[in-house]
Amino acid sequence: MIEGSRTRKLAFFYGPLLAFIFGLLFPFYWMLVTTFRPDGELYRPWNRANYTPFWTTSPTLEHIRYLLSETLFGTWLYNTMFISLISTAISLFCGLLAGYALARLRFRLAGSLGTSIFVTYLVPPTLLFIPLAEIIRAFRLADTPWALILTYPTFLIPFCTWLLMGYFKTIPKELEECARIDGASRLQAMVRIIFPIAMPGILSAGIFAFTLSWNEFIYALVFLSTTQQKTIPVGVVSELIRGDVFFWGPLMAGALLGSIPVAFVYAFFVEHYVAGLTGSVKG
Amino acid sequence: MTAEPIAGGAGDAATAVLPRARVSRSRGLGHILEDERILAYLLLAPAAIILGVFIAYPFGRGVWLSLTNATVGNPGSYVGLKNFERAWNDTIFHQTTVNTFVYTGVTTVFKLAFGLWLAVLLNREFRAKRYARAFILLPFIIPTVLSTFAWKWMFDPTFSVINWCLWRLGVITQRINWLGGEHLALASVMVVNVWRGVPFYAISLLAGLQTINPELHEAAAIDGAAAWQRFWKITWPLLLPVTMVVVLFSVIQTFADFQLVYVLTGGGPANATHVFATYAYQIGVGAGLLGQGAAISLALFPVLLIVVILQLWYIRRTDTT
Repeated sequence: MIEGSRTRKLAFFYGPLLAFIFGLLFPFYWMLVTTFRPDGELYRPWNRANYTPFWTTSPTLEHIRYLLSETLFGTWLYNTMFISLISTAISLFCGLLAGYALARLRFRLAGSLGTSIFVTYLVPPTLLFIPLAEIIRAFRLADTPWALILTYPTFLIPFCTWLLMGYFKTIPKELEECARIDGASRLQAMVRIIFPIAMPGILSAGIFAFTLSWNEFIYALVFLSTTQQKTIPVGVVSELIRGDVFFWGPLMAGALLGSIPVAFVYAFFVEHYVAGLTGSVKG
Repeated sequence: MTAEPIAGGAGDAATAVLPRARVSRSRGLGHILEDERILAYLLLAPAAIILGVFIAYPFGRGVWLSLTNATVGNPGSYVGLKNFERAWNDTIFHQTTVNTFVYTGVTTVFKLAFGLWLAVLLNREFRAKRYARAFILLPFIIPTVLSTFAWKWMFDPTFSVINWCLWRLGVITQRINWLGGEHLALASVMVVNVWRGVPFYAISLLAGLQTINPELHEAAAIDGAAAWQRFWKITWPLLLPVTMVVVLFSVIQTFADFQLVYVLTGGGPANATHVFATYAYQIGVGAGLLGQGAAISLALFPVLLIVVILQLWYIRRTDTT
């Protein structure tokens, strides 16, 4: 910035920025505090004098213990991980091949196929869950992880294809041509030359796809019914709320622990994640 | 291999490819794969099969379901447009339609305004910028259902921390039931949606901002343009293409939103906060009326179609220029 004294900078820059950060992160802090707060403190009305909302005087691991021993949280974690990894792998595989074909090969339907993949990218799961549930049942996949492993790629493949297609277009064609002059077949050039160069793009697509599948809710809610099969978001919703009673301590513990793996992956690959996010927008 | 020098390379005209196809077909598998067209269809097949079976087919199936009186365990029979007629005369559906449009419209305006503001702030150089950017994206990364539970807990009628703050600040004397009143509940849901959406806008718009040459700003500043003027005359027009894509994309997501409303209110109180997706879920899955539910979720379709056409038109326009 060109102009600006210290107070101006405080009022127009640091002030708003800190307010944004505070607002965006406060719910996570609240999750954290609630996880370690004993029930006695948790259910103290807010206008009581000894209500200390922002910290706890006697932290407890009781909620985490409850979550790990009284619910199937470990199983849900495993299910979520398994489903997210496999559906991401399937989507990356399909997206890589399709993205390469659309970016590099010339064939009659290239334009219309590219457009239709883009259009499916914009079809939200909430439009399809009712007929899909029926199809899943017809395939005898209901209440198995495969119901999700096969349906998550519907929103991951278009995204991966689109992102990787953009990435492939930035790789100079000469590289491939050189390989082909040296005697490599088209397929070899693709797998040995282009895919390794596209690794950052593949990583971005993979990480983004992984977080999207970890996040998915409505398909998991509709297609899974037994407690053992559930993913974290659905398990937390269905097992830690009984009728009108919310088990807030374990609920927040579940929210916290269920967020950690995805936050962990994100923390390691922030730059790739951001590249995936902005790449998907730029098309 | 020597028979086909650099075929299929950058500048080849389509006519140059065709004769090669005829030659390679007579040889083995390896040569079939050298044919651009055959290879292209082979590479596209896995994606096309999955998308066809799990998007195109269910979509057609959904249209058919919406024309039947199918329920869970009963395939039903053709009833024409009865389901749509029923929705048309259903007051809850009217409310749902209004809610969905209000929910999408209002949150989009706020997300764009706050997102743009945050993007402009982040576009400056300051210490710990990388960390700020990384942390700001958290609401977008953390599974929505889980973070929405934190909000639901913050909105709790008896133990709300927001109420405590407002009470301590002397703003209120009585508790506010954030998710209890019809209008207030919808507003609360919208707050959470804005909270979740701002990071996406901010980071995407920041990427757009970074492509704008800072010299433009410097030149304008030297010519005496104030910061506000520079924003409207330089930043905004140059950012418009990215803004368009971000907004259209976010409109689709918001219009079809399910998780936020499902967790916060479940469509209540008294069906006051239903959006299309939650109402379709309540009817189609909750009550098991598959035909009626399919008809309600198809209500999403016209608006989605318009947005998709807009987006395709926009992409095509920017591609050709």
